[in-house]
Amino acid sequence: MAAPFDLSDDSVVVVIGTGAGGGVLANELAQKGVSVVALEAGGRYLPDDYINDEWESFGQLAWLDKRTTSGDWRVAKDFSGLPAWIVKAVGGTTTHWAGASIRFQAHEFKTRTTYGNVQGANLLDWPIDLAEMEPWYENAEAKLGVTRTGDRAGLPGNNNFKVFEAGAKKLGYKEVHTGRMAINSADYDDRIACQQTGFCFQGCKWGAKWSAAYTDIPRGEATGNLEVREHAHVLKIEHDESGKVTGVVYADKDGNQHMQKARIVCVAGNSIESPRLLLNSASAMFPDGLANSSGQVGRNYMRHMTGSVYGVFDKPVKMWRGTTMAGIIQDEARHDPSRGFVGGYEMETLALGLPFMAAFLDPGAWGREFTTALDGYENMAGMWLVGEDMPQETNRITLNHDVTDQYGLPVPNVHFDDHPNDIAMRDHAYKQGMAVYEAVGATRVFPTPPYPSTHNLGTNRMSEKARDGVVNRWGQTHDIANLFISDGSQFTTGAAENPTLTIVALAIRQADHIAGEMSKGNL
Amino acid sequence: MERISDRRGLSRRDLLTRSLALGAAFVVGPGFVAATDAAWAMEVKALKPETMATLIQMARDIYPHDRVADEFYAAAVKGYDNADQAEMIESGIAALNAAAQGKGHASYVGAGWERDRVDLLRAMEDSSFFQTIRGGLVTGLYNQKAVWPLFGYEGESYSQGGYIDRGFDDINWI
Repeated sequence: MAAPFDLSDDSVVVVIGTGAGGGVLANELAQKGVSVVALEAGGRYLPDDYINDEWESFGQLAWLDKRTTSGDWRVAKDFSGLPAWIVKAVGGTTTHWAGASIRFQAHEFKTRTTYGNVQGANLLDWPIDLAEMEPWYENAEAKLGVTRTGDRAGLPGNNNFKVFEAGAKKLGYKEVHTGRMAINSADYDDRIACQQTGFCFQGCKWGAKWSAAYTDIPRGEATGNLEVREHAHVLKIEHDESGKVTGVVYADKDGNQHMQKARIVCVAGNSIESPRLLLNSASAMFPDGLANSSGQVGRNYMRHMTGSVYGVFDKPVKMWRGTTMAGIIQDEARHDPSRGFVGGYEMETLALGLPFMAAFLDPGAWGREFTTALDGYENMAGMWLVGEDMPQETNRITLNHDVTDQYGLPVPNVHFDDHPNDIAMRDHAYKQGMAVYEAVGATRVFPTPPYPSTHNLGTNRMSEKARDGVVNRWGQTHDIANLFISDGSQFTTGAAENPTLTIVALAIRQADHIAGEMSKGNL
Repeated sequence: MERISDRRGLSRRDLLTRSLALGAAFVVGPGFVAATDAAWAMEVKALKPETMATLIQMARDIYPHDRVADEFYAAAVKGYDNADQAEMIESGIAALNAAAQGKGHASYVGAGWERDRVDLLRAMEDSSFFQTIRGGLVTGLYNQKAVWPLFGYEGESYSQGGYIDRGFDDINWI
């Protein structure tokens, strides 16, 4: 049967969310002839719709449903209602992402073994390893057109990169380049080369950056096997007496509720909404929420150790020109406990426009110390620091029953306390980041606090044993055979790298597994 | 910014003859606040003109940029001139003036040194009034497109084909 599908069609795979996980999974399944209904809470925006204006674009794309925060992380103070900066739209956060596409390092799949027992950290080895993931990474890199992989050239460096690169070399860093980016350095796969426009975070108006919104989604739809329902916000997953899931209840644009039947349900709503949905689907049979016999649903929330460093120079940089994330230093990504922490971090150039710089440079600050910094905006260079943070059981998504959303459901509360390892790593990264700019003559440097989380990970983690996590090596929940997790919430640990490439690689691999099991009659 | 000389047919001389100086930067008159040199003026409806003038000074003292003219600060706080928020603003500014008088100044804007005015603001920075004004300015001031060039920021570039041929890598000093 071809799309569109009937609500009562219980032969379809329902995919919840259409970002790096769900969007890719939906297309990959459709390409294999599997009937898919993808339910997307947001609307559909394409390159012509994207807005090169930071706040206006934020209003268009950001997930702004009510959320609450707690814990000692600074985001809870600075942005108490906005723990995460992610997207509500077809294509999910692949519209917003910067495009950095780097593989995990081998040891990052085995952190419990490599790092040992880190007090307060709920470390666990992934049930898979780099060798197993390599072909899927290669497949993902080809799909995304990642520069500096295959025979694809690197992007040219912009002004922000040139300052960063010069400072890195003065410090003796060796692994410095314009990154492995899902942004075309030459025309590739019906997408044009980067025009160095800036505004990568606002959706690429050229389509030079890979986004599921204008690649996987329309290609999946073109097969006739994929139906994407926009403004379809899933409220609950239903199950039968045998404990298998049978479909999902969602609200449409007008708030009317519908039940879509399903043979298999794949959850890819990002690491805040995915566990929230499992928890909100609690029933008499599963009083603690679906797939939660381990009690790990919502726990081990990771958001990467992050921070930024901006430097002001005596001459113009104009960092906003060109690719937002225009280069990387990888020397600190290694695991080297002699630095005073386990795991490592990446340093990646970043630029914000003046409006966001005012909001994020030092939230809450005022007076001349702050405004003289902005006076130097044209002469500023910037970088983002992103490293592995420790999974902690108490960092978690819970249901906040005191606050309800537009559908009357409890909103997610995002609790996060920095682990001492996160703090030690951030301090080291700030010091190194400031040294990069000081090495090339910065007159002033700013260790800028974390922004709302863009890398939300770990809240339905993958584990060998059912008691340690929520899903198995295929993203299949330990408890319910026809319920899968398909986004970054299945990450066992976070690694230092930007997560999208790994989410995409896991989604391609999961599609292969699901289609295979369906054809064998196992699902 | 509305310019009274355009909108209401007031000449610069009319404006100045109908107004009173408020501090060094502003003149106020019935229903308006203007620059001392009448370079700009704004109509005020729900707030007292003196209150609006003080609010503009407060905005500058929170985010002082010497190359940014008062009219941009005025535009940033103009939205508070409505019946719903007038009481919150009037009482907040009254408290600020009372604090200034407690330190021996005639009023907040009567304190001639920025340092003295900033001391008054520091003493009230945890108040909801201060935080509302400060928070609103983050977008109210810095998201004005007319302000961006004063910081060198160029805004969108898509309509001009990006920077691929317009200097994305033109740095010449590194």
